[in-house]
This record gives sequence, C-alpha cells and structure tokens, in this order.
Amino acid sequence: MTTYFNEMYDNGAVRAPYARLEDWMRQMPAELRQMKQAEAETLFRRIGITFAVYGEGGDPDRLIPFDMFPRVFTAAEWTRLERGIKQRARALNMFLADVYGRGEIVKAGRIPARLVYENEAYEKAVVGFVPPKGVYSHIVGIDLVRTGPDEFFVLEDNCRTPSGVSYMLENREIMMRMFPDLFRENRIQPVDSYSERLRRTLASVAPAKCTGEPRVVLLTPGHFNSAYYEHSFLADLMGVELVEGQDLFVEGEFVWMRTTEGPKKVDVIYRRIDDAFIDPLCFRPDSMLGVPGLMDVYRSGGVAICSAPGAGVADDKAVYTFVPEMVRFYLGEEPILNNVPTWQCGKADDLKYVLDNLPELVVKEVHGSGGYGMLVGPKSTKAEVEAFRLKILDDPDNYIAQPTLALSTTPTFVAEGIAPRHVDLRPYCLVGESIDLVPGALTRVALKDGSLVVNSSQGGGVKDTWVLAE
Amino acid sequence: MLSRTADNLYWIARYMERADIAARLLEVGSRITLMPSTHGYRNEWDSLLQSSGTANGFSHKYGDPVQRNLESWLFFDRDNPSSVASCITAARENGRIVRTALTSQVWDALNTAFQELRQLERTPRSELELSRLTEWVMRHTAMVRGAIDATLLRNDGYNFLNIGYYLERGDNTARMLDVKYYVLLPRIEFVGSGLDNYQWTTLLRAMGAHRAFHWAYGGEVTAAKIADFLILNPQSPRSLITCVSGVGNHLTRLAKAYGRTMPAQGKATAMLNELETTNVEAIFDEGLHEFLSRFIRDSAELGTAIHESYLSGDLR
Amino acid sequence: MRLTVDHVTCYRYAAPVRGVVQSHRLTPSVFEGQTVLDWKVTVTDGLQGGSFRDGAGDRISAWSVIGPVSEILVQVTGTVDTRDLAGVLRGHRETVRPEVYLRDTLPTRVDTALIDLSEAAEGADGPLEAAHRLSAAVAEAIAYRPGVTEAHTTAAEALGLGEGVCQDHAHALIAIARHRGMPARYVSGYLFADAEGKAHEAAHAWAEIWLPGLGWVGFDPANACCPDERYIRLSSGFDAQDAAPIRGIARGPGAETMAVRVAVCTQGQQQEQQ
Repeated sequence: MTTYFNEMYDNGAVRAPYARLEDWMRQMPAELRQMKQAEAETLFRRIGITFAVYGEGGDPDRLIPFDMFPRVFTAAEWTRLERGIKQRARALNMFLADVYGRGEIVKAGRIPARLVYENEAYEKAVVGFVPPKGVYSHIVGIDLVRTGPDEFFVLEDNCRTPSGVSYMLENREIMMRMFPDLFRENRIQPVDSYSERLRRTLASVAPAKCTGEPRVVLLTPGHFNSAYYEHSFLADLMGVELVEGQDLFVEGEFVWMRTTEGPKKVDVIYRRIDDAFIDPLCFRPDSMLGVPGLMDVYRSGGVAICSAPGAGVADDKAVYTFVPEMVRFYLGEEPILNNVPTWQCGKADDLKYVLDNLPELVVKEVHGSGGYGMLVGPKSTKAEVEAFRLKILDDPDNYIAQPTLALSTTPTFVAEGIAPRHVDLRPYCLVGESIDLVPGALTRVALKDGSLVVNSSQGGGVKDTWVLAE
Repeated sequence: MLSRTADNLYWIARYMERADIAARLLEVGSRITLMPSTHGYRNEWDSLLQSSGTANGFSHKYGDPVQRNLESWLFFDRDNPSSVASCITAARENGRIVRTALTSQVWDALNTAFQELRQLERTPRSELELSRLTEWVMRHTAMVRGAIDATLLRNDGYNFLNIGYYLERGDNTARMLDVKYYVLLPRIEFVGSGLDNYQWTTLLRAMGAHRAFHWAYGGEVTAAKIADFLILNPQSPRSLITCVSGVGNHLTRLAKAYGRTMPAQGKATAMLNELETTNVEAIFDEGLHEFLSRFIRDSAELGTAIHESYLSGDLR
Repeated sequence: MRLTVDHVTCYRYAAPVRGVVQSHRLTPSVFEGQTVLDWKVTVTDGLQGGSFRDGAGDRISAWSVIGPVSEILVQVTGTVDTRDLAGVLRGHRETVRPEVYLRDTLPTRVDTALIDLSEAAEGADGPLEAAHRLSAAVAEAIAYRPGVTEAHTTAAEALGLGEGVCQDHAHALIAIARHRGMPARYVSGYLFADAEGKAHEAAHAWAEIWLPGLGWVGFDPANACCPDERYIRLSSGFDAQDAAPIRGIARGPGAETMAVRVAVCTQGQQQEQQ
C-alpha cells in the first residue's frame, strides 16, 4: 500500500505551516461550514466565474468546485520552489531562443534534432526572428506535484498560454471576504499584485518601434471560449482592452484597434489563441479568430506577441524529458526541480518497459491536455489497461509514460467532514525584461476519494494557496 | 472604447427596452380582448403583431392568432427575435461579453433576470398568469435601468447605453401609435367614438402613461391630446421628442468627450428641430400615419448613422 | 540568360470591401543562380508595411489597402540574369534546418498509391539518383493536363486522376520524397518557355529535395528536368499554400474574383499566358 505525504499531519503531529488552521478547522461547526460553502458559491456565481468543460456539453455556466480549506507553504519551502521555478522558466526561454537561432543544444547532441525540428509546434515562420527582449514564453505555468517534505516533481511545463490564474486571484479574494480572521492570525503573503506585474511584464517586451507608453491588449478567441471569463477578468485587472480578432486590423507597419474614436495603435498582444489561428495569412487560412497580416507586422518589429508564436515546442511532452538537460546546458547549474522519470513509448526499450508495467504507470498522449486521453494504471480496470495497450501499440510515438506518483494530500472539506485529498500546484512565472513570481499559485485538488486526477474537467476543484511570510 | 464594446452596450439597452415593449404589447392585447368587438379579437391581435414587426413570423409558425399562441410568441418563443425571452437572453449575453464595462450591480440585474427567466421557462404554463409575466418583465427591465443610472460611470459607455434605450423607445412609441391609428381605426367615422376612447386609454395604460396623461391634460381623451402627449410633450417619458432629445443629448456628450462631431449628431439635431417646431394640427394635416412612417424611417437612419459613426469600427 | 517578367494579378470584389491585407513573396531569391537587375512590385493604392527576409531566405513584404475598394492590381515587373546550376540552390542564405521539411501537410500526405510510387527510388545509387528517379516517376504517373485539378487537390488525388498541373507534380514529388526520409519542399517562381513552347506555365512551381553534400536541389517533374537558366525562384514552403507568392484577405462580404496574366520574355522572344 502506497503511503501519501500529508501536508498537514506528519505522524499525527501538525506540521508548522498548518498550526493555526487546526483550531479553525476543529471549531467550525458543520452548519457554519455549509453556510460558508453556499456563500462562496454565490460569490463565485455572482462575479461570473464559471468554467465550461470541453466536450462534455451541459451547463456552460458550471462552477468549478472551490474547497475552502487552504493549502499552505512556509516561506522557506516557497523560496526553494521559487528558485527552481525561475531556473526552469529561464532555461525554457533560452532553449526557445536557441532552437529558433543557432540550435547549439542540438548540435551539442543534448537533445535529438528530430524532437525539435520535426515537432508540429516548431514554427518555421519564426526561425531566425528574435522577439522583443529575446523572450518567447512570458507566462510559464509549471505543474508540480509533491511527494514528501522536500520532494517536488515537475509534471509538465506550459509555455504557451497557461490558464487558471484567475482562480488563484479569486480564491484568495473570496477567502479574505469569508474568513478575515484567518488572515489576521496568519501572515499570508499577498498575491493581488499579479495583474500589475503581468501588465509590467507585457509592457516590458514592447517592440523597439514603440515609442511612449506601450498599449497592451488581451486577444481572446471570443465569448464562447471556455476561458472567456479569465480573459475578461485579467484584462480588467490590468486595465487593458479585451479584444477579439475582428477588433484588430493591420495597416501599414502596425496593428490597430477599432475604437469609437478611430484606430489606436497596439504594441503588445497577450494572446490567448493558439498559433494556428492567429493569422490566416501565415497559418491556417480558414481561421476567423485571428488578425490577417499580424505575423508580418510581428516579424518586422511592429508588435509583440505574447507568448511568441512557436513557444509551444518547449512544452511538448516529449521535449519535457530534456528540460533538466536544458538547465545544465544553458545555465551550467543542476536543476533544483526534478522531472518525473518518463519513458518515451517511441523508443523500443522504453516501450517494452511500459508495456510490461502498464498497470503501475500513468500513460499520456504527447500532445494531450486537460487530463483527457490518459491512463492511470493503478486506478484502471484490466479491460481499460488492455484497451489502452492497443492504443499505444497503434501509435507509440504519441505516448509517454510515468510512474504513478504518490501525490501529497491536504485536508479538504468533503460531505462527511474533512478528509485528505490529492493536490497539485501550478505557479505562474512571469518572464519579461526581468523574471518575476508572485508568492502564490493555483492548487488543484482531486475531490473524489482516492483519485489522482486533479483536472477540473475530471472532477477536480481548486483551493486558495498560501505562502506564509518569514 | 472599443467599437465592439460600445456596440454591445448599445444592444444591451435596445434588447432590454424591446423586452419591456413586448410585455407591454401583451398587456395591451389582453386588455383589448376583454372588450366587445365588432371585428372579433383577431384584428386587434393582428395589429399588435404588426406593431412588433413579427406578424409574418407568427403566422408562419402558428397560423391564426389564438391568445395562448400569442403569449408564447411574444414571451417565450426563441424563434421570435423580439420575444421577451430572446431579448433578455441577448441582453444578458451582450452583458457577459462586456462584463468588465458594467458594474456588478448592473451585471447582477441582467444576470438575475436571465436566471429567473430560465426558471419561468421550466414552470408549467398553467401556473403562469399573463399579468404575472408582464409585471415580472417590467420589474426586471426597471431594475437594470435603475442599476445603470445609479451605479455606472458617466463615461462614453453610459452614453451608448442611453442612446440605445432612447432610440429603441422612440421607435416603439411611434409603432404603437401607428398601429392604433392606422390598423385599429381604419375608418374616420370611428374617431371620437366610445370604442375609440377605450382603445386609446388601453394604449396609454400599456405605456404606463395613463395617469400621467390625465394629470397633464385632464378632461376628455381625444386623439389630438394623445398625439400631443406621445409625440410632442417633453414631459412624457416615452414621447418621440423625449426620446430624440435623449439620443441627441448623449450624442452631444460623445462629441464633446471625443472632440469630434459626426454625421449622427447632425441627424439627431435635424429630427429634434422638426419635433420642436411642429404641432398636432400640422401632424394631422400631413396624416398621422404618414408622419409616423417618416419618423420610423428617420429613426432607422439615425441608427445607421450611429452605427457608422461609432459602432462599426470603420471610423478613421 | 536575361529574363524579364511582367506579372499582373487583378482582384475584383462584387461589392466594395472594407480593406485588403496581403503578404507577398514576389522577390527573386538571392543565390548564385540569379542576379536581379531591376525589380518592382506595386499595389493599387497600397500601403507598404514591413519587409524582411525570413528563416527560409524568402523576402516577405506586407501590403495593405484601405477600403472601400472594389478592385486591386498587383503588378510585378523586373529583369533577372540567370545561370544554370543544374538545380542546385548554391549560395542561398537560410537558417531553417532541412529536417523541418520532413513534416507532412494535408496536400502532401502519402496514401498507398504514393507509397508504391516512392518505390521507384529502390536500389538507387545514392540520394541524388534516388531523387531523379522519384521525379521521373511522378512525371510518368501524372500527365500534364490543365483544368482537371484545382487549388485544393492533394497529391494523392492527383495521382489517382493521373493528370494535373505543376502544383500537383510538385506535391506528389514532395510527398514521396518525405516518405523516404528526404526533406522536400515546394517552390514557386517563373518559367521562360522557349520558341517551341515546350515548357508549361509561366507562373510555375516545382520541388526542392535536400541532398547531403549538395544541399537543396530543384526538381521539376512537370518538365522532366532540374531548374536551369529558364527558371526564376521566388519562394518556398511545405506545400503550395505555404509557398504562395501572394497570400491575402479582404474584409467584407463581396465575392472575390481573380485574373492573372504572366509574361516571361527574353530578347526577341515573346511568351504570354492568360
């Protein structure tokens, strides 16, 4: 039987960061808890924070479940994580600059050329082009899991447009409204500067042609997108316009925004649209979401696009294996955060190991996301495992496998009271002229007993994540 | 602001006002059917459908106007773009798109109307009385309007909302008046008859202007007084002059804020000038129907001018 | 050979459009096989945007036209001195790695018939001979015949029909070369036809295959040869759409019609195509 690290209790004793939560938890009567939970739900619904689940249909206004029991880190724990996260974000950006430039890491034989240059996410259109300040991935979301007091593993990197940061901010907002006493008793580092830091990061990568205060906009695929709420929320907090493709147009050397006072030049576009859709003249010609001619303006220095088109080659699940190698190669340092050991089903030896040990492993699609198309061996029936075996054999290159990690748990409010549930962690690292991280993150929690899948589309919820002051 | 944001705000207002009007039409209709009629109810309902501009859509779907079908059509039917349900849903969706340009009170009011609408749609029709439905609509449209007035910054967004409200309202007052005069009373000898008075009064009631009218004019209800009240009286909240001057005021504010006058301002000024310098006799001389048709056309042109000046995004 | 080009593309819109944005790759490539003497691109009422050389070595120029507009003329005129390098793209500066061109796209995806066709290279003495054999196989399998295929026809479909134009030949060759692990790409350009009128299509397309030691080498299955001094190279890409000399979009509901006239001439000779 696997034992899981419980972040609150260590052999029955309460760990330091949770010391003050013990009383709070014990003293809360069930009725009060239910009342507060209902209050939280009302607040979420009122502000309009909802989440539509891909491919599941149903109510597009569904709420993502919020668990009121916070997840807590000490300042020391966070300091180490922060160093690791920044190190990784830096290495990923250096990798991108390298593979769109001279390709030294490939020439040095530290990563196979095939994984980079034949990768679908590698954009030929931006080879040789250096984006403003040399930054490719401006918001790096790094998914972490914990297996012990000092053991953290990176599950995956998100270099394109990681979502969910609005939950980090809203969860905190709601906790502060509902439990102000907790914030008086615990010294919790604030996260509300995130939006200002994001705006500053984006403004810092304005192209050289921009003189004066850069105009930043957030480009959304539109109000039918499941993350529209987040787009609108972030744009509002930053005080920038939330635009759709139809609101922008290219004329001459620049991109312009259609306003009631005439065209306004746009300098930085924080896009939440995939590469393939941002410009029908460069990528998919049938895209209605993008801005025709945008890539030409971008490549001639008229506008910055965040994240840079092509950044996706760094967060591919096959490239992931080589991130520790990137840290060593570019920074000459040992990685602070470890990868989860990963087997590439495309490699014969790895494939054999994976097929021999399938019931113990987690298998994922290389390009999958959102917890879809994956196998959690220990939680699957024999038939499910066998069905997945055939899928892997059909296209081995499309799969990677990892050991089933003993994800840490934190106390979580459930129907019966309080019980440990598995969690992960997604911090959002900002990379512009400088590199920045707010002391906070999104904690996702698998609400089903025993479940290791934290994705909101698969019954996961969210928690407020605290980093205590020194 | 983004042209598309301005457009969304403008349409929130137009849809909320349109929902309000659909409810008022339903109320007029049900009152008219409570009285004896020489033509049968059919004519009266027909005329109401025509005033809402959805007569063809209705007859295509339901055929003969039966009260229950009319209620469905004007309140619940999503095939009718002017039904209460369609309008409230569209207003709320426009609001969701520009959520951050609204205060939480305005969003709350819009969203609550939408959530309650979904409950109404799940309620068996036998439990829903018409008066309850129409009151429900008027309460929610007033709540949205009130939240806008009480909480919104007086910026360009506020102006676009108000332009939408006034434009939609003016257009609809003209249509209601036109239907009453032209369709319900095609023959001149009915003017001034008892039936006529009853129907005029019903119209005033539907516009929530019944008492206001009596305070303002007193005595007999005459066609001339009603025309004056609904067209030329600046005290009347739904008169054409009030609506045109409302649009004009907010357009002037925009011109001032942007430091730039557009064709829309000229158009609104011309319409207002005409209303300020005419009188009921002149209108009746021209023919009320002709006058109203011209107003409806002008109002549509003003809408186009506003679209081209601010909402289309083509401004240079 | 001194070649002059006169290339006019006319876009007409059924109703005036709000504006037009185009991305051009209409400038001759810079390599030892061609030297530009003069070259000019104009767009009616066009506003020139950024212009830059991309990683594949193509010169890209952005244009926009402010509407309302109902007709646009894109005119290309110029003179180029060309040399026969037996298809080798010598001295071409580019930074995109050849492996990038192993990726397939919809029009260059192989089916079983294309895989069969790729067996023509079986037993070839080295990659150069393999490439020649593949090109010859395509020339044999797809007869030149205009009007049977259209812009969206895939290599597999063209092979099925057994007929097509230069675009189809190029797609088919690219598909089978990639299938054999040889990086291959689509090239757009111009072709001068000699007095006998043997060559097809003045606005032309062919394929390039990357060969170790030689680098990129052009193959023109449509004319069963390698590009020589009759060819002017403009741009490259994964397939026809990716390599298109003009990509553009008009904002507005008006249906677009396009007419193209290309003439490639040398002294004393005249050739024109509608």
